[in-house]
Amino acid sequence: MAPILQLRGVTKRFPGVIALEEIDLDIEPGEVHILVGENGAGKSSLVKVLCGIYTRDEGEILYQGQPYNPQRTQDALHAGIRVVYQEFNLLPYLSVAENIFFEKLPTKHGLVDYKKLNQDAEAVLKEVGLDVAPTSRVELLGVAQTQLIEIAKAISTESKVLFLDEPTATLTPREISRLFDIIRRLRQRGVTIIYISHRLQETFEIGDRVTVLRNGRKVDTLPMADVTVADLVRMMVGKKMGEEYPFDTTVAPGAEIFRVNNLVIKHGGAPLGFGVRAGELLGIAGLVGSGRTETMRAIFGADKRIAGDLVLNGQPLRVESPRDAVQAGLSMLTEDRKQQGLILDMPCYVNISLTDLAAVSRSGVLNHAAEVTAAEGLVDELSIRTSSVDKWVRFLSGGNQQKVVLAKWLFRGPQVLIFDEPTRGIDVGAKYEIYMLLWALAKAGKAIIIVSSDLPELLGICHRILVFSNWAISGEVERPDFSQERILELAYQNYVQTEAAPA
Amino acid sequence: MSTQVTSAPERESSQARRTTYFLLREAGIGIALLLIIVFFSVFAPRFASLANLSNILTQISINTVIAVGMTFVILLGGIDLSVGAVLALCTVVAGLTMTSTAFPEPVAIGLAVLASLAVGSAAGLFNGFVAERWKIHSFIVTLGMLNIARGAALQISGSRTIFSFPAGFNQFGTQTILGVPVIFVIALTLVFLGRFVLVRTVFGRIIYAIGNNEEAVRLSGHTPSFYKIAAFTITGLCVGVAAIMYMLRLNIASPILGVGFELNAIAAVVIGGTSMSGGKGSMIGTFLGACIIGVLNNGLLLLGMGDFARQMVTGFIIIFAVIIDTYRVRLSVQMAD
Repeated sequence: MAPILQLRGVTKRFPGVIALEEIDLDIEPGEVHILVGENGAGKSSLVKVLCGIYTRDEGEILYQGQPYNPQRTQDALHAGIRVVYQEFNLLPYLSVAENIFFEKLPTKHGLVDYKKLNQDAEAVLKEVGLDVAPTSRVELLGVAQTQLIEIAKAISTESKVLFLDEPTATLTPREISRLFDIIRRLRQRGVTIIYISHRLQETFEIGDRVTVLRNGRKVDTLPMADVTVADLVRMMVGKKMGEEYPFDTTVAPGAEIFRVNNLVIKHGGAPLGFGVRAGELLGIAGLVGSGRTETMRAIFGADKRIAGDLVLNGQPLRVESPRDAVQAGLSMLTEDRKQQGLILDMPCYVNISLTDLAAVSRSGVLNHAAEVTAAEGLVDELSIRTSSVDKWVRFLSGGNQQKVVLAKWLFRGPQVLIFDEPTRGIDVGAKYEIYMLLWALAKAGKAIIIVSSDLPELLGICHRILVFSNWAISGEVERPDFSQERILELAYQNYVQTEAAPA
Repeated sequence: MSTQVTSAPERESSQARRTTYFLLREAGIGIALLLIIVFFSVFAPRFASLANLSNILTQISINTVIAVGMTFVILLGGIDLSVGAVLALCTVVAGLTMTSTAFPEPVAIGLAVLASLAVGSAAGLFNGFVAERWKIHSFIVTLGMLNIARGAALQISGSRTIFSFPAGFNQFGTQTILGVPVIFVIALTLVFLGRFVLVRTVFGRIIYAIGNNEEAVRLSGHTPSFYKIAAFTITGLCVGVAAIMYMLRLNIASPILGVGFELNAIAAVVIGGTSMSGGKGSMIGTFLGACIIGVLNNGLLLLGMGDFARQMVTGFIIIFAVIIDTYRVRLSVQMAD
């Protein structure tokens, strides 16, 4: 049978990053095709290219033998290609039936025909095995039920190709097995399913073939019967070419200066704790959604925590808000610099001095000259490329914006620095400069915590790596024992265990 | 973009750019005001006279003071609809205090002024606190306060107008300093004080920053709620000052004063180029905005236009000003690059 989707040399670039590079891929009609890869390997980009959110830069896609060039998501929907996302796109205040048929509500005399709507919905709900009234409001349903409604919606529109993006992330084992039944039924009806999951184990239950992506390239496509979990992990891991990491063996970390004890951030979650030493670069690895960012935000006081103590220099620390944290000598470079780190429509110097306005003011009155001088000093020190410190941050490149965030924390001079994805979305040159800055801070005796989805980066620059898995620390690896395999194994550990539990 | 160290000529050019940026943002409104003045000087009889000028300055003073306060909350992306009703409440409380026979005259006047400031600030504090504590949009909270203050003013005064203030008080209202009406001097002082707070102090810096990106400010170690509550309190304080100015001017206090004042103040702020979504704007702009509204009202009246038609023209001018502003912002953003 001819493939339903054929990709030839599909490439997608972003400034400074290649998201997809020359992907060749054939998807057979009616198969369940598994897509795996590390964070940032290109899975989401591939889905977005196929469903019209991104347009590819190069390459060719054939859908049912015809050229396929979706410009918008509507194009993909019309063609019968649909994505069920991790985050749901339902309308919470409308009924189940209205949500399922929202794109094509049955009408009579120009009004919605609710009788037919609810009857049709009932039939579809039966098909996915969901026992809720078509008239109940979606906001009242649980996560698993909501997910099934997304799938019901896909069935009702007679999609030919269905992408499932991490569909089991929030489901219980019983719900997962029901989802798998539905997937099998869909396959029997000839629907092609492309299934993306971090949970490698479970993919073997339903997958026909698997494609592994790494750094935007396809590693291989193989029948599931021919591979094991260990094979997949091995294929997912790989050195990135052309990137160097500075690691200075002459800098030995000193005594532990900051410690987190019994931190609980989720109801029913296991308490976690760790310490970091002066002059140490501590990496935090783990899959996206494993609780890394949430943990850091809770430590910094940005979000409420349920329990947990902080200790700085042997003294207990009370942190109820970011204000407490900053005053105690903590800092946090957030994952999303534009939303949370920068004031884009204000000058560089305003952004830099924001963390310590007391240092550039007297009795509440700003000393403009002192502020500008301090900012210019940091701009030079960090080689921030801007024509002047008056320039709005919006007009700087991504790497330089990130350096402004760094500069603002250096201006405060904290003892403990938390960096959440410090090099995301910036080019290789700026990345290297940021690594050198992190090292300079370590040499100055600061304690540094780096959360990153870029594993080679953590392996390259850290003394020690903590691995998060499913909202717990699943392990700790010291530099001499660093290996991608070991860390990935730990990162997947707590997900594999939940699946091993009987349904 | 390509150079990494800032050299002297580049700093100069950045200075030049800042000047251009300033001209676009603030002088644009000034030019509009000048054009309007020129127009009326030519076409409106008696417009260009010292007596009329003094008249205009008196007329715009109260709106200017309220708009100074309003600028703070609009810079934060908020709004205060209660200013007119709170002004009425302030005049009633101050009027009753002033006409009370329990105190000697000068003490009664002093207490009345303090009472007005206290009532205004308290209303503002309430607005800010409720909006922040329960994360309710200030539109709703101040709409509630509008009714509360109006009702309280009617209740306290028994819905009567209060007059016959001490002669010393009434006289002070008609004073001029070098020919300038004293209440305009008060208004102008508050404009420059407000500008100083916004441009030169840590407080003002954080107000702008919150208006642009509250979360970034919070994560930089500040407490946005404090600044937001303070901004509403400042607005209330300005209303307290405006209430006394109103009493100086008309020598009455009444629970039905100030209807629609919130709209005039918001109009001044918006015509002055402050963005309703917060973070961008200036106090001088607000002052010029208040001038434009005042001059238009005065000039159109002298042209023989009736109340209703003038109201329509003012409405069109507000919309026109905001349309112009969208172009100006786009242009100044390009200049800032």
